[in-house]
Amino acid sequence: MRLASGGRVDRAKPLSFVFDGKRYTGFQGDTVASALLANGVHLVGRSFKYHRPRGIMAAGAGEPNALFGIGRDEAHYTPNLTASQVMLYDGLVAESQNRSPSLERDTGSLIDRLWRFFPAGFYYKTFMWPRKAWTKLFEPRIREMAGLGRAPKAPDAARYGQIYAHCETLVIGAGPAGIAAALRAAAAGGRVILCDEQAEFGGSLLAENVAKIDGLPASDWLALSVAELQRLNVKMLPRSVAFGYFPHNMVGIAQDLTDYLGEPDTGIRGRLWQVRAGEVVVATGALERPMVFPDNDRPGIMLADSARVFVERYGVKPGTRAVVFTAHDEAYRAALALHEAGVEIAVIADLREAPAGGWVDKARAAGLLVRPGTVVTETSGHLRVTGVTLSTGEVVSCDLVLMSGGFTPSVHLFSQSRGKLKFDEALQIFVPGEPAEATRAVGAAAGAQTLAAALGEGYTVADLPDSGGGFLGAVPHGRDPATVRAFVDFQNDVTAKDLKLAMLEGFRSIEHVKRYTTTGMATDQGKTSNMNALGIVSEALGVPIPAIGTTTFRMPYTPIPFGLFAGYARGELFDPVRETPIHSWAKERGAVFEDVGQWKRARYFPNGDEDMNAAVTRECKAVRAGCGIFDASTLGKIEIVGPDAAEFLNRMYVNTWTKLKPGKLRYGVLLREDGFVLDDGVVGRMAEDRFHVTTTTGGAPRVLAMMEDYLQTEWPELKVWLTSTTEQWAVIAVQGPKAREILQHLVEGADISNAAFPHMSVAECKVAGVPARLFRVSFTGELGFEVNVPADHGRAVWEAIFASGGTTPYGTETMHVLRAEKGYIIVGQETDGTATPDDVGLSWAIGKTKPDYVGKRALARASMAAQDDRKQLVGVLTEDPGIVLEEGAHLVADPNQPVPMKMLGHITSSYWSGTLDRSIALAMVRKGRSRIGESFTVPLPDRNVKVTLTEPVFFDPEGVRINA
Amino acid sequence: MLLIDCPYCGKRPEIEFSYGGEAHIARAPKDATDKEWTAFLYQRGNARGEHAERWRHVRGCGKFFNAVRNTVTDHFLTTYKAGEKRP
Repeated sequence: MRLASGGRVDRAKPLSFVFDGKRYTGFQGDTVASALLANGVHLVGRSFKYHRPRGIMAAGAGEPNALFGIGRDEAHYTPNLTASQVMLYDGLVAESQNRSPSLERDTGSLIDRLWRFFPAGFYYKTFMWPRKAWTKLFEPRIREMAGLGRAPKAPDAARYGQIYAHCETLVIGAGPAGIAAALRAAAAGGRVILCDEQAEFGGSLLAENVAKIDGLPASDWLALSVAELQRLNVKMLPRSVAFGYFPHNMVGIAQDLTDYLGEPDTGIRGRLWQVRAGEVVVATGALERPMVFPDNDRPGIMLADSARVFVERYGVKPGTRAVVFTAHDEAYRAALALHEAGVEIAVIADLREAPAGGWVDKARAAGLLVRPGTVVTETSGHLRVTGVTLSTGEVVSCDLVLMSGGFTPSVHLFSQSRGKLKFDEALQIFVPGEPAEATRAVGAAAGAQTLAAALGEGYTVADLPDSGGGFLGAVPHGRDPATVRAFVDFQNDVTAKDLKLAMLEGFRSIEHVKRYTTTGMATDQGKTSNMNALGIVSEALGVPIPAIGTTTFRMPYTPIPFGLFAGYARGELFDPVRETPIHSWAKERGAVFEDVGQWKRARYFPNGDEDMNAAVTRECKAVRAGCGIFDASTLGKIEIVGPDAAEFLNRMYVNTWTKLKPGKLRYGVLLREDGFVLDDGVVGRMAEDRFHVTTTTGGAPRVLAMMEDYLQTEWPELKVWLTSTTEQWAVIAVQGPKAREILQHLVEGADISNAAFPHMSVAECKVAGVPARLFRVSFTGELGFEVNVPADHGRAVWEAIFASGGTTPYGTETMHVLRAEKGYIIVGQETDGTATPDDVGLSWAIGKTKPDYVGKRALARASMAAQDDRKQLVGVLTEDPGIVLEEGAHLVADPNQPVPMKMLGHITSSYWSGTLDRSIALAMVRKGRSRIGESFTVPLPDRNVKVTLTEPVFFDPEGVRINA
Repeated sequence: MLLIDCPYCGKRPEIEFSYGGEAHIARAPKDATDKEWTAFLYQRGNARGEHAERWRHVRGCGKFFNAVRNTVTDHFLTTYKAGEKRP
């Protein structure tokens, strides 16, 4: 119920919202939780495992129960949002989770009646057999029941931003301690960033109606301080959760920019801040703990200080008649606040034998009934609490129970920074100890027990009594433990009994206990439960808490939308797309493209409604009979220059480069230091001190990085410079018996006759008026040229060559078939990182007399030299010429042997050859070269295929055409 | 994200760098025994604590350099140019 006055909500601004299909009204400044309580709604969720009715328990990030799916449609839907953290806006649509068909009548709650059969580790113990039932029956059913919330059904329509920021001081948390720290840092100079998860700065001061700071009411001091921070140019980030603490003082902050406006798509939804700070001040406050007593989870049972916040900050009365169960003085303060708001306080049961102190005295003075040394042993009610039984035997009716087990410092971020925690024996809490980074914890996060301590020196606090107390673990209730459930982790339905069972079953490490019982897991990560769980484990094992330690705190502090991490990297911007200078021509021509790394490459150029096979067969025949034109611009290219360039290449490649004359090309093979083929490519010597190196399309960055590594760290004395030129050159391959005839009239400054310009020559000349490096080279087995021109002229030169007539454009698929017909390998297709040059028939390339090169020593190892059992490159012909084998299929000697069969090798490339009018394949086969002519079987799922091993060159083995 | 002090450019975020494995592993001579060669190719210290390692400022100056990093805390003790002795 809404109080007539009080709180920070704006009663002049009513907001309409929908929860589970029903319309309600709240005010500007409400959270969804406070607005629901103002409408008398306590039942907001069903628990994870037992489907027990649950209510709003906390006013902040600790809330374990009130998790909603929020969003007006699927494209703006976010699951598992905490009702006490979502600010209300007009038109907000929320739905509860984990219930069917409704919160009031949930069919899943049948499990609650069978709770005794669902102990900790139930799933580990139960679904062991029959094995086959697991995939068909158990897993699908469990998956249906598991998990909180549901994923949205439509892609996220929101946009997200990302930003880097740097500052001398980052203060996390704008409560009193954070504000005081930010004021000090700003006064000292330097850039200061202050962030807080809430819409309004102030933290606990937003519900501070008693204390005076420096003689001012707390809210006035807050307003003045925020204005002062503004004047000092402190960067202030409200609605910004510092969710992760990363090495070297980088903090991740998730900022909500428009969610709270309720007007999606008006701007970016949120922004990911990556802040690098000189010093990080952790002022993250403390979270109140529940009391662990039987049936402590009914709707209407909430944390005492949260209840006070609902009254004093939101002007909401969460009930009419309350019982308080506490071990901490703050609950007395809450009782007084509710009493003043008109809530009847039936009784305050205090676990402690002799509660004393300012708030206790005030409560007694106000006439509130206090029962020391008393516990709540039972509660009643189904969808709302209706009463409690005290250990005195009294049965008290109520519609609200306030509980307080004391406060746990929020050490999450400090701990994420790898700072050590220490246990404060007097306060029974973990507080930040030795930091690992330039990190300082202040205020309640550091264990400060009073407002004065949180603010630090320079401030005076008046009128606020001190408070203290606290309890860890399950309260003694004297009932048969087998018949009661006292919840420790509300979000995961873990009871004190579950934890004790884990002890009985031999679990000792708190990390194991966590995983076995699931305590401290899920979206709240044990914010309210971890310390009570520790208390129970400590008592059960008779081991002090510091000897048990805590579980690891991991990011994120609260759930963060994935979209925030993706940022702009979605859709077209997910990954860069690389297009060649000729891409637009191919696109206009109707080419079908394929992805090769980040490159888009034309795969084939269909005529009309040709399919790929028809197009490729036509393109292949056109190249072999006349001339084809192919865009090879994606080839990696490195310009290697310097007086020691040839020596450098000698050391890198297996080949010898010293004797290669300027104007000549050579096919180079590059190994890794372990002797296996890494890359290959044609290298042209442009001058004594200048080489034009090509690499595979995918290998260019890897090759350049490896060359730089050797040059910088092994042979820094060599005078060589390496430059990536991949994107500087467009490469146009002109291939086929008519290639020279077509190209000749476009070439100026070079004689490209066969006599003057034989295979493996290179010349600098002009092609179509553009300065070019003209290669006489072939990856097709035909007379061929590769025209390298500056990328900007690529399309113009391509069009000039094409306009000569008689050329057929072809794509990568045809390129693959043509090279396979000639037995040319593709590194990464025939090789797999375990092939030596000899394995793939390239030992001819090795400069045998060279003193050294990368991989030479490895090739000398016995296992590399022994050729009798290594896989070797061979050709494969099927008995039935119409069958095209699957790439990756295996070869076996006898298809009738038992499974698993002895595999002799595998198919690496397999195509239909239109030229040969039959299928062809390449394979890596054990002792393959000595088995040429023998027959084998390739077992496929539906049939066995008979094959014969052949030489890997299927077409023009004499190489007549290439030298034409 | 680590903050790495490139000896040529100064402090830059980790995304500008690529990791290069353990530092100060000399390429074994070509007459090395199989055992020595295997050690050079495959065997690494895997230190818990201070670890000399190679980095390259690949999206910056492109230079390889060495660093001593504590593998437990991720704190860098120092960075220095390739070819220099480990401080």
